[in-house]
Amino acid sequence: MKVVIALCFSVFASAVSAQDLAPDAQVKKITDEVIGVIKQDKDIQGGNQKKINDLVDAKVLPYFNFSHMTALAVGRNWPKASAEQQKMLTSEFRTLLVRTYSSALSTYKNQVIEFKPLRAAAADTDVTVRTQVKQPGAEPISIDYSMEKIPSGWKVYDVAVGGVSLVTNYRETFNAEIRDGGVDSLIKSLASKNRSLETQTGSKPK
Amino acid sequence: MLWRFLGLLLLLTALGGCATTGGNPHDPLEGYNRAMFGFNEGVDNAIVKPVASGYKTVMPEFARTGVTNFFSNLRDPWIGVNNILQGKVGAGASDFGRFAMNTTVGILGLFDVASNAGLEKHNEDFGQTLGRWGVGSGAYVMLPILGPSTVRDGVSLFAVDWHGDPLWYVGNIPARNELMGVRLVDNRANLLDAGRLAEEAALDHYAYVRDAYLQRRRSLIYDGDPPPEPEPAKTSESGDGKDAAARAGTELPPAQITTQWGERVITAADEELTPAKEFSEAKAQPVAARQEAAGAPGSIYEPRIPYNNDALLVAPGEARIGFAQTSVRP
Repeated sequence: MKVVIALCFSVFASAVSAQDLAPDAQVKKITDEVIGVIKQDKDIQGGNQKKINDLVDAKVLPYFNFSHMTALAVGRNWPKASAEQQKMLTSEFRTLLVRTYSSALSTYKNQVIEFKPLRAAAADTDVTVRTQVKQPGAEPISIDYSMEKIPSGWKVYDVAVGGVSLVTNYRETFNAEIRDGGVDSLIKSLASKNRSLETQTGSKPK
Repeated sequence: MLWRFLGLLLLLTALGGCATTGGNPHDPLEGYNRAMFGFNEGVDNAIVKPVASGYKTVMPEFARTGVTNFFSNLRDPWIGVNNILQGKVGAGASDFGRFAMNTTVGILGLFDVASNAGLEKHNEDFGQTLGRWGVGSGAYVMLPILGPSTVRDGVSLFAVDWHGDPLWYVGNIPARNELMGVRLVDNRANLLDAGRLAEEAALDHYAYVRDAYLQRRRSLIYDGDPPPEPEPAKTSESGDGKDAAARAGTELPPAQITTQWGERVITAADEELTPAKEFSEAKAQPVAARQEAAGAPGSIYEPRIPYNNDALLVAPGEARIGFAQTSVRP
């Protein structure tokens, strides 16, 4: 599980050229590159948060569509939020996701990642890239990337690990928060969560 | 172990009486569950987690992998039984093959040679078998020490899975308890990182664990490829808005919008208006009808739930898919 979460992000690091690829080829290319970096960097394996953040920032984040992710997590209340609120939600949610998953990157240990054949037509603009992480003594864990094609290339808007969407898993919590205190209350909760994590780890992802 | 079964049912019924209203339709016992979650966290922080951390520090990795493999191997025959009960005979045979191979060549299961030989490890239990047979999960229940479960999964665990656990057949009680202790610690050690991540990630740790458990079980029941069905919205006391919110929250994450739908509408994406890929490929409906159902781009789409939805959900998978393809799903 741990590794798996790490890999979600690792998968998306890469050069600009990856944007021209088919979505599954893009995922594969980026996976290989990031795993290559992690395997060679003892600091990252040892949990050097600064280096991990830099890696994630440079290679992974460009391939995620955070406003779509936030909209998906907030659910039916999204259209009810003002543009300003949406912007703040996205920014706080992004910080939370990035911090959590970059701290998982250091747990990668030589697991093998397999790619399942892409079930999509060439013209599709919304696909799911399915991968599996093999682990000794446990059943393989799936990581599925939901991706959409936008003008700047293929972007990930949801990641499901072992069938659990890391995005929509927040939806019930967000709904409850908005129901009880409105959108501003959710923004405040996210912000204070981020602040408390910041003081805990003493590092701030961008 | 009928008494366990009945005891659990009684307990759950009693708890149902003091169920909190409002909140999640899957979690009517939220008040009790949160208290038990707090208790489990306390036990974990005080005892289980420190022991597991120590175990992880002291034991070299290859030894821990051996221990994990050993207990994992003991579970394979029961996993095989459940695969066969679910009609997956090939997978079941593979599980027994794994057990035979790992117990012999893999030296009592210490080495998972079967995985390297291409016999993949599976994850099955009787709760999943019941789910496959169409039994709904029932309310979410936080079990003492054992953690997240549901009425279906909890009852299965106590009434049935128990019998498929070889450790219970170890005659020497102290030895049995010791083995169980080691297994618990080993399991916990394997989850240390995941647990830390979940704590970091969650705004509301309890809800995060609950929703992850429910999503995970649903995915397991369908072996990673669950149909994108809406869960039945059973509570209606709080009006449409909440029902829809509850539905939206429990539906499958990956939205599969086909090209026929044109531009993705972000305000509607969260409503899961999209048919599953399987459905869209079937081309069972004219495009015009779909567009009409979806409304103008940008508008908020409310999924229509058929009156017989509950019956639909307990129908076998085949029938359900057929139904969805023909008329009900927009």
